[in-house]
Amino acid sequence: MRTVRFDRRDHYRHKVFPSPFHARQQAHNELKVWSRWFDYLSVPAYTCAQMEYFAGRNACGVFDLTPMTKHRVSGPDALPYLNRLLTRDVGKIRPGRVGYSVWCTDEGQVIDDGTVFHLREGEYRICSQEHQIDWFLISALGFDVEVVEETHDVAALALQGPTSCATLKRMGLDGIENLTPFGLAHFDFQGTQLMVSRTGYTGDLGYELWIDPGHAEPLWNRLFEAGRLLGIKPMGSEALDLLRIEAGFILAGVDFMPAQQTVRPTHTRTPFELGLGWLVDFDKPVFNGRRALLAARERGPRYRLVRLDIEGNKPAHHSYVYSTRNKNIGWVTSAMWSPSAKANIALATVAAPHGEPGEEMRIEIYYQRELKWSRMMASARVVEGAFYDPPRRRETPPLDH
Amino acid sequence: MTDHDARIIVIGAGHNGLVCAAYLARAGHEVTVLEAAAEPGGAAVTREFAPGFRVPACAHLLYLLDDGIRKELALDKHGLRMARSGLVSIGLDPDGGHVRIAGASVGGVADADQEAMQAHHRRMRRFAHIIGRLHNRQPPRLGTTDRRDLASLARLALDIRTLGRTEMREFLRIAGINIYDVLQERFENPVLKGALSLDAVLGTFLGPRSNNSVFCALHRLSGGGDYALPAGGMGAVTAALASAAREAGAEIRTGSPVARILVDHDRVSGVELDDGEWLPAAKVVSSADPRATLHGLLGARHLEAGFAHRVGNIRMRGCAAKVHLALDGMPEFTGLDAAGAGERLLIAPSLEYVERAFNHAKYGEHSAAPVAEMTLPSLHDDSLAPAGQHVLSAVVQWAPRNLKQGWADARAAFLDTVIDTMARYAPGIREQILHAELLTPEDIERQFRITGGHWHHGELSLDQFLMMRPVPGAGQYATPVPGLWLCGAGSHPGGGVMGSAGRNAARAIVGSNRE
Repeated sequence: MRTVRFDRRDHYRHKVFPSPFHARQQAHNELKVWSRWFDYLSVPAYTCAQMEYFAGRNACGVFDLTPMTKHRVSGPDALPYLNRLLTRDVGKIRPGRVGYSVWCTDEGQVIDDGTVFHLREGEYRICSQEHQIDWFLISALGFDVEVVEETHDVAALALQGPTSCATLKRMGLDGIENLTPFGLAHFDFQGTQLMVSRTGYTGDLGYELWIDPGHAEPLWNRLFEAGRLLGIKPMGSEALDLLRIEAGFILAGVDFMPAQQTVRPTHTRTPFELGLGWLVDFDKPVFNGRRALLAARERGPRYRLVRLDIEGNKPAHHSYVYSTRNKNIGWVTSAMWSPSAKANIALATVAAPHGEPGEEMRIEIYYQRELKWSRMMASARVVEGAFYDPPRRRETPPLDH
Repeated sequence: MTDHDARIIVIGAGHNGLVCAAYLARAGHEVTVLEAAAEPGGAAVTREFAPGFRVPACAHLLYLLDDGIRKELALDKHGLRMARSGLVSIGLDPDGGHVRIAGASVGGVADADQEAMQAHHRRMRRFAHIIGRLHNRQPPRLGTTDRRDLASLARLALDIRTLGRTEMREFLRIAGINIYDVLQERFENPVLKGALSLDAVLGTFLGPRSNNSVFCALHRLSGGGDYALPAGGMGAVTAALASAAREAGAEIRTGSPVARILVDHDRVSGVELDDGEWLPAAKVVSSADPRATLHGLLGARHLEAGFAHRVGNIRMRGCAAKVHLALDGMPEFTGLDAAGAGERLLIAPSLEYVERAFNHAKYGEHSAAPVAEMTLPSLHDDSLAPAGQHVLSAVVQWAPRNLKQGWADARAAFLDTVIDTMARYAPGIREQILHAELLTPEDIERQFRITGGHWHHGELSLDQFLMMRPVPGAGQYATPVPGLWLCGAGSHPGGGVMGSAGRNAARAIVGSNRE
C-alpha cells in the first residue's frame, strides 16, 4: 500500500513513517520517547524496559516488527535464485517452514543474516536487518525471478513469551498449538489472511504475526483483548535487545559489521568467524562467496564470536577482552546482566585461535557509581549455546503457562 | 586421463581464437575451434558485398599485429603478405589544405607545428612503448604476494621510472586526461589537431574532450604506429592464422555456433552446439566478448553475483559504423593527387568538428556531420575490385548501438549523411557509387556476435586495462569457473587485430597445466 515511489519528488518528506500500529503504540507509550528504525518510528520502551523484558520471559510481550526489512521472492527460478544468494541449502526449507541463513559477498564476507519464509510452493519472504534490495536485485541477473521489497506492505507483530500460545488460542487461531518451531500457518482474520510463524528473536516460546497494514489495528486490539488475563504487554526495542542477548542471537551492525558497509577489509566476517559455519553448504555447486569460503575454511578463522560467562554483576559493555596472559585479544559487542540466567553475560569478538569453548579470559570492565568511574578485571569463560534456553521454546504443543 | 591430454575447445575463429588455438596445439593439446560463421575470421574477414567488390567487412587496417606472433606462427609462410604498409595519414580539409602525417614528420602545416610534431611524436612513441611492453605479459594481479605478479608490477614501475623525471611527470600527467587539452597545448593547425584527435577516439564512446582519450591514442600507437593493408584484405590475416593453427594440429569447425557452455558442479565440462550436439572438454577458451561468454553462453547464474554484476557493467557501447562503397572509377578528392587517395584518409577537420560529432552520441543520436577513417584498398590490391573500379572502406562515427529512434528508421538517412560528408571532400563521389553498404553497430553485433557491436569487446580505457580487463577476477584469462578461460579482445591487452590476448591466454593455460 505505501510502497515508496522514488519518482515522486516529495518522497523525502515521508521518509519516516508511523507504523500501521502507531495509534495503538501512541496510546501505550507512557514515556513518549520514539526512536527511528530505518523508515519507521519505533518505541524504545513503553513504560520500563525491565518490566517489558520480564513480560517477554514470564508472560508475553508484543513487539512491532513492521520496520524489519522484508522482501518477496517469487517466480520459476525462486529456489535456484535463493540457493545462489544464500549460503545454506534452501531446498531443505519446505513450504510452510522458515529457515535462518546468512548471505555473503563474493569474498565470503557476511552481508547480513535473516529468516527465509517458504510461504507457499515457490514463494518466499526474506526478512533482514539491513536494506538488501540492491544486492538482491544484483543477484537476480540471469534468473527468472521477481524480487521486491515489501516492508511497507506487510504489518508484523512479534508475540513472545510463555503465554503467547495461550493468547493466540484465545484469539481463536485453531490448531496454533500444533505449529512446530520454524513452522508457519495461515489463518482467516476478519476477511483477510493472517500468517503466523513460530519464530522470534528471544529464544523463547513465541510467534510472529503478519498481516496487511489495513488490518493492523484490529489485530493489535484482538491480541490485547485475548491476552488481557495472560499478562500481555507491549514491548519496546530495549527489552527485545535484552531478550536476544540472553538467547545468544547476534545483531548486524552491533555484533558484526555488514560487509557492504565496511571499509576496512579486516573488519568484515565470514560465517565461520561468527559461529555460523553450520549455515554454509558446500554441496551446492554455486553460491555467493563459495570459492572464498572454501579457501577461508582451509585457512581457518581470523576471529571468533564467543559467548562469555563473566564473574560479578557489572555488565561488560564495550569492554576489552584479554587472554589469561594479559594479551588484548578482542572486545565485547553486547553485554548485560541476565536476570533469567542469573549470570553476567556478553557476546564478544576475539582473535583466533582464542575462543575455544571453556577457555578462560579476562574482561576489563569500567563502571560508574555516582559519577565516579571504577575499573575491574573480571575473569570469564567461553560457553556454548544460549545463555537462557527454556524447554518451552521447543515444546509442541506448548503448555498453557 | 590428465588435464593435459584432454580436449580444449576454443569458441570463435577470430584472430585471437585462432592464435590461441595455434599456440595450444603447438604445446601438444588437442584443440577444436568452433566457429559460428561459415568461414573462419571473425571480425577480420574479407567479404564480397557487391558482385566483384570485396572489402574487409569489419576491421580494415593492420597496425597492432604482434611481430612475435607473425614470426612464431610463420604467418608469411602461410600466405600473409602486405599489399601496402607504412600508410600515411592524411587529414582532409574541405578546402584542400590537407595535412600529411607520416610518423614524426608532417606536411602541409607551419614550421612551428612541424617542430611541435617532432617532440609530440617522440614522446607519444616513448609512452606508447611502455604500454606496448605490457601487451605480451599476463597482467599482474593487485594485492597478491605471487612472485610473478610482483615482478611484473615492478617491471612496469621501472619502465615508467626510467623515462626520467621530466618524461615520467609528463606521462603521469597526460596518460589519463583528454587529447583535446594536449593537442591544444602543442599545435596550431586545426586540421592537424582534428586528425590527431581522431586516432584517440576511433572505435570508442569518447570525444576528444573525454578523459582517457590520450590513453586510447597511446594504445593505438603501441604497436609502432605503422598502418598496413594485407594483400587480399584483413581476411588474409585470419586465413594465414587458420592455416597455421591447422598445421599445428588444431581442428577448425565452421558453421558450428555454440549454444551454451556446459558446467558440471562448478567446473566446465564442454559445450552444446546450436544443433544440440554436446562436445565434452576439460577446458573451454572463449574468444567471444566477456559478456557474451559469461552472461550468454555460460549464464550469470553459474557465477557469483558480484562478479556477474561487474561483467554486466563493462562499458561496451559500440558506436563505430562501417561503410563500404563500390565505386565506378577513382574518386577525386579536392587537392589530393591519385597517390594520396591510396593513403589513410581522415575526415576530422578540427577538434571542434570531432567533439561536435561525438555530442550526438551522448544523446542517442548519430552524428549530423560524422568523422571517418577511409581507405581505398583496391588501389593497392587489384583482387578486391574489377579493373578500373574501386572499393572504399570507411569506419564512421558516431553511430551509437542504441540509437534513440532505432536503426531501422535511421539507416538510409545516416548512409546519406555519410556520403554527403564524403562528397564535401570528393565532390563527384555520389555519382560514382554502384553499391553502398552500411553496417551499423547493431549489424556488427548480429553478424559478428559482438555484444554492443563494440569492436574492442569493451572500451579501451585505463579503468578497463591490464588487471582490470575485462573485470577484476578474470584479468589473467582464467574466469572464476574452473576450466573456462577468455582469450578475446575483451581481455588484456585489448582490441585491434593484435592476437596478443590469444597468445597470452594460451600461455596461461599451458602454464596452469604445469602447476
